[in-house]
Amino acid sequence: MSPRRETYARKLDLTRGCVEIGHGGGGRTMAQLIEELFLAAFDNDWLRAQDDCARLTVPTGRLVMATDSHVVSPLFFPGGDIGCLSVHGTLNDVAMAGARPLYLAAGFILEEGFPLADLQRIVTSMARAAQAAEVPIVTGDTKVVERGKGDGVFITTTGVGVIPAGVDISANRAQPGDAVLLSGSLGEHGMAVLAQRENLSFDTSIESDTAALHGLVAAMVAAVPDIHCLRDPTRGGLSSALNEIARQSAVGMRLREAAIPVKEPVRALCEFLGLDPLYVANEGKLLAICPVEVAETLLAAMRAHPLGREAALIGEVVADPHGFVEMETVFGGHRLVDWLSGEQLPRIC
Amino acid sequence: MKYLDEFRDGRLAQGLAARIQREIEPDRRYALMEFCGGHTHAICRHGIEDLLPAEVRLIHGPGCPVCVLPSGRLQAAIDLVERERVILCSYGDLLRVPGAQGDTLLKAKARGADVRMVYSVSDALEIARAHPDRPVVFFAIGFETTTPPTAVVLRQARREKLGNFSVYCNHVLTPPALRALLATDLPPPFQAAATRGTGLVDGFIGPAHVSTIIGTRAYEFVATEYRRPLVIAGFEPLDVLQSILMLVRQINAGEARVENEYTRAVGPEGNRKAQQWMDEVFEVHPSFEWRGLGELPNSALAIRPAFADWDAERRFAVPTIKASDHKACACGEVLRGIKRPEECKVFASACTPDHPLGSCMVSAEGACAAHYHYGRFRQAVTA
Ligand code: SF4
Repeated sequence: MSPRRETYARKLDLTRGCVEIGHGGGGRTMAQLIEELFLAAFDNDWLRAQDDCARLTVPTGRLVMATDSHVVSPLFFPGGDIGCLSVHGTLNDVAMAGARPLYLAAGFILEEGFPLADLQRIVTSMARAAQAAEVPIVTGDTKVVERGKGDGVFITTTGVGVIPAGVDISANRAQPGDAVLLSGSLGEHGMAVLAQRENLSFDTSIESDTAALHGLVAAMVAAVPDIHCLRDPTRGGLSSALNEIARQSAVGMRLREAAIPVKEPVRALCEFLGLDPLYVANEGKLLAICPVEVAETLLAAMRAHPLGREAALIGEVVADPHGFVEMETVFGGHRLVDWLSGEQLPRIC
Repeated sequence: MKYLDEFRDGRLAQGLAARIQREIEPDRRYALMEFCGGHTHAICRHGIEDLLPAEVRLIHGPGCPVCVLPSGRLQAAIDLVERERVILCSYGDLLRVPGAQGDTLLKAKARGADVRMVYSVSDALEIARAHPDRPVVFFAIGFETTTPPTAVVLRQARREKLGNFSVYCNHVLTPPALRALLATDLPPPFQAAATRGTGLVDGFIGPAHVSTIIGTRAYEFVATEYRRPLVIAGFEPLDVLQSILMLVRQINAGEARVENEYTRAVGPEGNRKAQQWMDEVFEVHPSFEWRGLGELPNSALAIRPAFADWDAERRFAVPTIKASDHKACACGEVLRGIKRPEECKVFASACTPDHPLGSCMVSAEGACAAHYHYGRFRQAVTA
């Protein structure tokens, strides 16, 4: 049974209104914000109960839990916004264990003065992403900080899911001889955000690749249950993801640059700014490492899914005491694909 | 933007490499210096050295703005931001360059100094407009490529009478550095090695972006006074290979000419408009210290008296600081092409990109950083 609905003197002004300190204060102003904005968008039984927690039924098996905080500037970028990003990011973290995500929780830190219209856009986008993923947002929290103490909106999401029986995916399972697969082209999210942020007078058609990958993962796990590692190459890009796996599994990698898909506008903008697409963030791509005997089966399963159409076999795992990720360049030379140090910065020469 | 692919074609590259291989004369030496850090980076990132015959040796030059900034100038910036409580706007790379006793702007920032990372000088101008009550200083570094934007912004600041904005000018000039490299006496090991050619370098791969500003004519002295060929090349890997082939041909023919491989962007006169702006705002500094190369006459730019109000050094009476580099650091020799990064005793051990002891390990264009990031596996094989 739902609790009695409050009636408020005036509806929330979602056109011209702004976030006020009272919206995080725990009083009626906050209750109104939650009801008219968050509940209206995320609507489900758990939220309607308006408890401080959600009581969940979970299937048997191994539970996965992941949390991710989202701070992105700008909040809206070509191809997405912080709202859908915060849903996809956590769903993907859960999915990288091979798990099926079940529930999400969301925490908001809002800055006083932030337009409610923008907040509604963000919340609607979250709701849409959660619906499309068929994973409900079952509990949440809102705090407001004084003007100047936040950057509009920060969103932290937490997700839980279950791992199907027989699946054991972990970054420490890569073995020499394994194949390295990538689900699609690199660098779109990072370059879409950068192009927007730096106000580059560049007419780019680059859109963020932000997407929930658990559907793709489910198809992959169904085809090849013995996937060794999965990782979504977000911050730090492909290079960080591969170096992390190499370290955790105590192996090296050999990649072929020519096999790594990068779309032309991304390549061009990277070149212009002196950046390397291998280090640029992705939000809708994954890396998979599996025994070489099943690589073709896995590749076919990936390509059969809309989010893996451009999947490619990009290299192999090797025994290497130094744990180096090396790459044969398109010219036939060799280079290291090193950890990112500091932040990737546009060149000044 | 389609053109990038043409410059990234693996087969074309192998064709060029094969031609270089064919034209090499076995008893000749081809020691080629790429002046620019941009080229160093491209060479390491694309593994270009793997395509070259053993006779062709690439030597990294000093054309990395972050690398050649002496620690004293860096320390002066740290002192400035802490003493005068200014907002110091700087490129990200500079934040990690060690000043005196290993202090950095990043450490100063952690101690509470207001250091902001910017991508361009116009970002700094924006910050000054947004904080009219605070002095804002832009830490300007770079060769001729980044100088015109600084000039444009200084003119803009004067037009707006933006009283809280100023520039700490560390702009340096390419030709005097080239001259210094050509004029230095070689250390003994290289005199012995230089059996056929004379000097350390048999030819230069000339700057790409810098040349779009200053033009090809600025390098004529390399050919006429020092008898070395120089080929201006773009930053794409195929540009580099093509310029190497052009240099090999000149060396075989005993020629020393300035040639231009980068004709799609560079002309003989350069960019006149940009030169005018630079000339209006800057004058040549009689002498300036470079890390590795020492004091070089007429090698840097200073802000003209007409713009004195926007010159941070005048406004805040910035003192000249002599700071010595870390005693194990071989940046000087690396910048002059005398040592390869791996020959520095602390390379990849005490000195890494996360904990740089010298400036060449900081910027992506620094030779040590390029070798560390892209070439470390080579030592692992030989070690
Ligand atoms: S390894 Fe470090 S200390 Fe040695 S030359 Fe390079 S930057 Fe300088």
